[in-house]
Amino acid sequence: MMTWQRLVAHKTGMLGLVIILLNVSVAFTAPWVATHDPLGMDILNRDAPPSMDHIFGTDDYGRDIFSRVVYGTRISLYISLLSVLVAMVCGIGIGAFSGYYRGWADTVIMRFMDALMSFPAILLAIGIMAVRGGHINNVVIALGVVYTPRFARIVRGSFLSLKEKEFVEAAVAGGNGDLVIIFRHILPNCMAPIIVQATVSLAYAILAEAALSFLGLGAPPPAPSWGNILSDARNFMLDAPWMTIFPGIAITFSVLGFNLLGDALRDVLDPRLK
Amino acid sequence: MDTVLSVENLKTYFYTREGVAKAVNGVDLHLDRGEILGVVGESGCGKSVTAFSILRLVPRPGRIVSGEIVLDDRDLLRLSPAEMRRIRGDRISMIFQEPMISLNPAFTIGDQLVEALRIHRNMNKTEARDHAVDMLRKVEIPSPERRFNEYPHQLSGGMSQRAMIAESLLLNPQVLIADEPTTALDVTIQAQVLDVMYRLTRDIGTAIMLITHNLGLVAESARRVMVMYAGRVIEEGPVKSIFENAKHPYTRGLLHSIPLPGRRRRQTDSRLFEIKGIVPSLFDLPPGCAFYPRCSECQDICRHEAPLRCEIDGQHQVFCWLYEPCRKGS
Repeated sequence: MMTWQRLVAHKTGMLGLVIILLNVSVAFTAPWVATHDPLGMDILNRDAPPSMDHIFGTDDYGRDIFSRVVYGTRISLYISLLSVLVAMVCGIGIGAFSGYYRGWADTVIMRFMDALMSFPAILLAIGIMAVRGGHINNVVIALGVVYTPRFARIVRGSFLSLKEKEFVEAAVAGGNGDLVIIFRHILPNCMAPIIVQATVSLAYAILAEAALSFLGLGAPPPAPSWGNILSDARNFMLDAPWMTIFPGIAITFSVLGFNLLGDALRDVLDPRLK
Repeated sequence: MDTVLSVENLKTYFYTREGVAKAVNGVDLHLDRGEILGVVGESGCGKSVTAFSILRLVPRPGRIVSGEIVLDDRDLLRLSPAEMRRIRGDRISMIFQEPMISLNPAFTIGDQLVEALRIHRNMNKTEARDHAVDMLRKVEIPSPERRFNEYPHQLSGGMSQRAMIAESLLLNPQVLIADEPTTALDVTIQAQVLDVMYRLTRDIGTAIMLITHNLGLVAESARRVMVMYAGRVIEEGPVKSIFENAKHPYTRGLLHSIPLPGRRRRQTDSRLFEIKGIVPSLFDLPPGCAFYPRCSECQDICRHEAPLRCEIDGQHQVFCWLYEPCRKGS
């Protein structure tokens, strides 16, 4: 695979990939990596600064920040991966339908997508969360809805141009049905922009999830999501900076990882390089 | 010879905001088993639209208004979309002008061949693979096993067109529509590619409808020629008869506009002959013969009435008022 070789040669891209892999492995091995129970309170050691026992310190309830950040990786990845997956599947379906069949349905659907996109992402997500109530899966749905139009637009755009290509005409003349044309012949040719959009959206989803949790609309409180940790810590920011610094670093690095990988993929998958 | 495909009174119109463009305006044609029919004419004369009509793939806003397209005693215009899909690629296949962009860039050559076999013939993987490699060998692609796993961008133009030919003949179609199959290729490659195409179709018994501007190509390979002008057939007949004894002023004009070594000296004007004027707008065809505005032998009747069919001899027929219409002609 030439694409893979070019990606390996891309230094910052590989750094991003390493960060992501680190993230994923922490999420999978959280029970072994964590030194304490993320929900367990140690009243005698409240607001303790980083030490050998609590390497990231403890919060106002005496919970170990390190363990909470480690478990937070799970929530963060779960929500971001799943919501981007939802957005990708819906966006591909909608975009492919609109771009392939055109007509008035395309106009109606795409105007609706434009309307969705015109809302600030967080505001729309807050609205959806307010209606559906605080639950991790509702966060997934809310962010999925928010990111669907981006995928729909990209897919539709690619379909519009690819549909006119001769190889598609040849496929039609070869007796293939619409579904085969859409999924076998056109979709694989517009995977590059979809992949890039997915990695970039993952970074946004992590941020959005943290923001929602911070506002109290994400994963319900005792759950150790990064936004929750920050939210609990915001009153002690000056007295106990470790409570905000470490989850902040975790968010920063995850977002950085996905962004670096996304940029690298954009370079590597650029069709002009082929 | 038995007829495999016959088209009668085909009319394909494009309904646009500017009006109705009569792209194909009453075309009759037939293809015999294994023969090569050359279809020639200027750009926009309805050659390609005729081809797409046969496959029922006329792009919007075009529509087949009337006519009959009979393959195997079945009128293709009456088939359901699903039945028509089974015909495409299987009984009638098509190759296009630009081989480099007619293959799906996301899949290997092998994948594309195998897919067709699996869809239309329900073959299992190894069977399909063997058959596909065999086909690549038949179109004389060197080291077919290796090429089988390569992507279209790794192939040259000539190789891609061979691969396209392999794909189009994979299912032993009765009719192959070749729309300018060699226009995009190097002159040296053209002959080889055509040679491969003709040899394979002869073995299978496929009839070819060869659409081209290139009269040389037709002279060399076709058995019959059909000359189209403004959506109609204006002259049709065996190659020899058309080239040696063209009747329609348009056909004669076409033949004269081929540069030939030595011809210049015979003419007073040293420039290459051209047919004056342009193809009439398909939105607004003249009432009589569509060619009269450009015709040097135009008579009064040409302006008012569409010419009738005249039989010159046996198969050679022409639609022109210069000749005596035959009684049964329409």
